[in-house]
Amino acid sequence: MSAWHRPASLTEAIGLLAEGGVVAAGCTDLFPATRRQALSGPVIDLTRVAEMRGISETRGGWRFGAAVRWSEVLSAALPPAFDGLKAAAREVGSVQIQNAGTLGGNLCNASPAADGVPGLLTLEAEVELAGPAGMRRLPLAAFLAGARRTALAPGEVLVAIHVPSHAAAGRGAFLKLGARRYLVISIAMVAARLVVKGGRIDRAAVAVGACGPVASRLPALEAALAGIAPEDAAAAVSEALVAPALAPIGDVRGDAEYRGVVAVELVRRALRGLAAEGMR
Amino acid sequence: MNRAVPMIRLTVNGAARPVAADPARRLSDVLREDLGLTGTKVGCDAGDCGACTVLIDGAPVCACLTPAAQAEGCEIRTVEGLSQTAEGGAALGALQRAFLRHGAAQCGICTPGMLMAATALLKEVATPTEDQARAALGGVLCRCTGYGRIIAAVCDAGRDMVGPAPSAGAAVGAALERLDGLPKVDGTEAFGADLWPAGALVVRAVRAPHPAARFVFGDLIDWAGPRQVRVFTAADIAGENRFGVIPPFADQPALAEGEARLRGEAIAIVVGEAEVMATLDLDDFPVIWEPLDPVTDPEAAAGARAVLAARPDNVLTRGRVVQGDAAVGLAGAAHVAEATARTSFVEHAYIEPEAGLAWLEGDVLAIRACTQAPVMDRDDVARVLGLAPGKVRIIPSAVGGGFGSKLDVSLQPLIGLAALKTGRPCRMVYSRTESMQSTTKRHPARMRARIGADASGRICGMDFEGTFDTGAYASWGPTVANRVPVHASGPYRTPNYRAETVAMHTNNPVAGAFRGFGVPQAAVVQEAAYDDLAQALGMDRLAFRRLNALAEGERSVCGQEMRGVGIGACLDALTPRWEAALAEVAEFNAAGGTVKRGIGVASCWYGCGNTALPNPSTVRAGITRDGRLVLHQGATDIGQGSNTVIPQIFADALGVAVAEIALVGPDTFLTPDCGKTSASRQTVVTGNAALRAGWALRAQILARTNRGDDARITLAPGKLLVADRTGTAEIALADLAAGAQGYVLMAEESYDPPTEPLDENGQGVPYAVYGYGAHLAEVAVDMMLGTVKVGRITAAHDLGRVVNPLLALGQIEGGIAQGLGMALMEEYVPGRTENLHDYLIPTTGDMPRIDPILIEVPDPKGPLGAKGLGEHVLIPTAPAILSAIRHASGARVTHLPALPHRVLRAIREAGR
Ligand SMILES: Cc1cc2nc3c(=O)[nH]c(=O)nc-3n(C[C@H](O)[C@H](O)[C@H](O)COP(=O)(O)OP(=O)(O)OC[C@H]3O[C@@H](n4cnc5c(N)ncnc54)[C@H](O)[C@@H]3O)c2cc1C
Ligand code: FES
Ligand code: FES
Repeated sequence: MSAWHRPASLTEAIGLLAEGGVVAAGCTDLFPATRRQALSGPVIDLTRVAEMRGISETRGGWRFGAAVRWSEVLSAALPPAFDGLKAAAREVGSVQIQNAGTLGGNLCNASPAADGVPGLLTLEAEVELAGPAGMRRLPLAAFLAGARRTALAPGEVLVAIHVPSHAAAGRGAFLKLGARRYLVISIAMVAARLVVKGGRIDRAAVAVGACGPVASRLPALEAALAGIAPEDAAAAVSEALVAPALAPIGDVRGDAEYRGVVAVELVRRALRGLAAEGMR
Repeated sequence: MNRAVPMIRLTVNGAARPVAADPARRLSDVLREDLGLTGTKVGCDAGDCGACTVLIDGAPVCACLTPAAQAEGCEIRTVEGLSQTAEGGAALGALQRAFLRHGAAQCGICTPGMLMAATALLKEVATPTEDQARAALGGVLCRCTGYGRIIAAVCDAGRDMVGPAPSAGAAVGAALERLDGLPKVDGTEAFGADLWPAGALVVRAVRAPHPAARFVFGDLIDWAGPRQVRVFTAADIAGENRFGVIPPFADQPALAEGEARLRGEAIAIVVGEAEVMATLDLDDFPVIWEPLDPVTDPEAAAGARAVLAARPDNVLTRGRVVQGDAAVGLAGAAHVAEATARTSFVEHAYIEPEAGLAWLEGDVLAIRACTQAPVMDRDDVARVLGLAPGKVRIIPSAVGGGFGSKLDVSLQPLIGLAALKTGRPCRMVYSRTESMQSTTKRHPARMRARIGADASGRICGMDFEGTFDTGAYASWGPTVANRVPVHASGPYRTPNYRAETVAMHTNNPVAGAFRGFGVPQAAVVQEAAYDDLAQALGMDRLAFRRLNALAEGERSVCGQEMRGVGIGACLDALTPRWEAALAEVAEFNAAGGTVKRGIGVASCWYGCGNTALPNPSTVRAGITRDGRLVLHQGATDIGQGSNTVIPQIFADALGVAVAEIALVGPDTFLTPDCGKTSASRQTVVTGNAALRAGWALRAQILARTNRGDDARITLAPGKLLVADRTGTAEIALADLAAGAQGYVLMAEESYDPPTEPLDENGQGVPYAVYGYGAHLAEVAVDMMLGTVKVGRITAAHDLGRVVNPLLALGQIEGGIAQGLGMALMEEYVPGRTENLHDYLIPTTGDMPRIDPILIEVPDPKGPLGAKGLGEHVLIPTAPAILSAIRHASGARVTHLPALPHRVLRAIREAGR
């Protein structure tokens, strides 16, 4: 029999965790990982921790509680920079999974194919962590240490995800490629966000997922896009600007070479889509 | 460990249901085990199938991923709540009625999840569009229906109507709702895992982690004792530890003896009280493994280590059909096409994992489990456990999909052993992974075909070779090896024919029966070569097939004179759409762009019943003293519809309304043998037996009352009324003596399809009845990503006589879904795709528009002219899709499934 704790505050949660146990949120990654009918505990259920709930605009930008579910992201009123994140939310598993799974769980589970990561990378997201040693903030890229590895220290939890206001500008997009329509793990996925000023790309942020142990931004491409017209962006994409940032592997969903090829094409399509949206 | 079990205050369907349970347990488990709400189904325990969908505060979630603690204080709604009226009574809701009306539930295992997901949608949108319905149901998998009827039902839930209720004599041909539909939509249907007495012991299996390994047990008693469980191994098996669907080939142990030959093979069972078993860890089970070098490549298996000592060359069996001289035919051809193809293991992926219960009734071992073949189960269980067949009673549970795999026994001997050894009722439910690892698959095939045509386009020779990976044990390997050469020509006139197959043993999963027994694989290579020939001849692909289609009275490659041949009519029926689609494709592609469209066509034929072997069905019908008409319908209904189609045929033969019939299902103690539900034989074979039983009972009644052939029979309490022009006669049933079966009037009739043995060249009459069909697939290929979207399939099928158009439509849509999966996404890789997360089957969003065309070219031997349909439907789908991919993109995909990376590579190889 496992103890099940539902702390209402962060202090309480960290105190409980200090005594040992596993952290749970939507349990959509935890339950598939066990053959048993029950999670082994003690379990510290974070879904009622006040600090981990809700989406809000703050002085510095936007704050997403770690226990925010995908369906909440979908129904939230957010600026167009978050369109990519919303599109990703719609693609996570199924309605059932979106009603349970959380942003925090997606990041902490640290799957190379986590659909939430590329969009949040293009939003320059930072994670807020709390533990016995206090609070700290890390860029998302630094938090994701590898396939299924994060920078969480023992006893630490992810409290919130912050998107700075400068990154909440422009418009975002997300494209996911899978071998079927619903309930599918990405073969490759791409998120992009463009800030356009005076008909030119002022800032571009592009990230690719499922093509390496962690999703990654494409700095060389982003630099090449700066200053050009959005409608020329897709044509500016080349394999040389994309491939160096990726380390795809082959698996049952697709081979490594294929992932490299389609990543380039998906980046082009995401940029083309953004250019078309911007013109409307 | 000894913490007191806390109370969780659940509110289910409006009622407070406090329950003492581990708060970290899956809600699905608490609902089913503790609250008895077994309407919520479990297909995977991993969020992948959606069968467990419930509403929590109105939002659909997977109950298998929801810890009970998180549901506390919320409103939980399950399928059982859907039939509650506001006044607390029970009545179906409009959505449930729409499911019945549209035939949305076949086996019914996905139905509760579908209903719950749809309920959430309908609360938001009262009359959803098809796209909205597809998106809302995208998280629930259905393996039977292809989703078309389900989407139709959801979109139509607002229009509450009643289905047809045909009067006497008008049942055949009516779009009758399933007669067994009600429990499928109100959550009361009891599948293998849904029924157990309090206190039943739980059985779990210990399975091999290696594809090939020798093993020795450690001290089992030492391990079991402190854990309060019992362990049984092959040493405890009293009978002959070998089972198999084809007795002369029976070679599979219920529990392996010293050597495991496939990953997931059971080596022992552990039995204990449910609470103990729930937390028992099998990881430290005392066994020492010595892995062997596994044989994994069927083409290299010939010289490899023997998988089974009895078959040192790893050859299970060979199949062969030869007519004329293929070499001569090909040498004389104006054009010869050569095609190769390679297919993968395909998993049946029924949503119900194997489950059942065994108990003792005196000295009889009773087993209630999901199965397609109760009498074969009885004989296999009896053999393995050392019992007389009469001492084993098999009662099929409702079956949550079978598609061939539930023909073989799985857990029946294991729970039977446990019940015999403990004397207690014993139950077992396979996990999704156990089900996928240990049960049969579709045979992977490596095939090569050379087909020649003369200058006018007529086929003049064909040479076919296929190697089939049959895995570790025989199962249905011999059937596949024999069916393929008989069918590999397709329904085309093929003089000068040689087709040879070999089924090779490997340490891969056991390959067995899967909808089509190897024929869908063979059609892939034959139809590809046909496309090449049409191209070489400069002929239209459909016209080429029409030219070569078998005609009435012509001979098949087995030399059989064919009657009731409907392939020409099927191909003709495709012509209007074919011509329109060709024009649409040309126009679309001319506009440029990265997406190209294409269309393709392929045919099927398929013999119904066993290949040149007896396979009788016996149907009994009786009238009780109080005037009840009872039909013993022994054809196991795994969703395909025998519980409806057989009564329809019987009702018309007897001349009463279907509604008058009470059904008794396939219980080996109550109902005569109707054989297995496979080989598309039930409508034909059991249908013929039902027809004869109906006629015989009618003849008795007419003879007793001396009425004419056109007399009307009416059932009334305690009497029968028989009326014709001369007046009404009455049979007072109470005056008649009841026979041994309890009936005052009774008929029992058998039917065995007339076949003739095949000689060493495969010449003879393998089947009495064949069905035909052809599909036209329209696809769009993304030339940069290699992704394929099937937009539309026009499916023409010759059913001989359409007994029930609603059920026929369901078979067609469901078969196409499986064919589409085989074509585009399904590939079982041991150790890597052993769950429904990595093994992909089509979802609502992957299915095309389907336009069915039902054709009736009566078969002289089919009941009222009817032919089988179940397996036919998926045979043409994959080759038609591949043909369309090639038409669109130039890509010739020879390795199935056509995953995006394979399609993109083929596009590049084609130089586009
Ligand atoms: C059928 C199915 C389909 C899926 N499809 C997709 C998909 O398409 N795309 C995709 O990206 N994912 C998919 N997933 C994975 C999963 O749903 C998501 O990753 C989800 O966001 C996980 O969130 P959760 O709250 O359920 O995580 P949980 O299972 O509760 O937790 C996951 C892990 O994170 C830890 N954790 C959770 N929250 C915190 C926190 N605040 N601080 C520290 N540690 C924490 C937990 O201890 C655990 O190790 C799918 C899952 C299933 C079952
Ligand atoms: S059982 Fe819950 S999703 Fe399959
Ligand atoms: S009816 Fe959907 S799985 Fe059988």
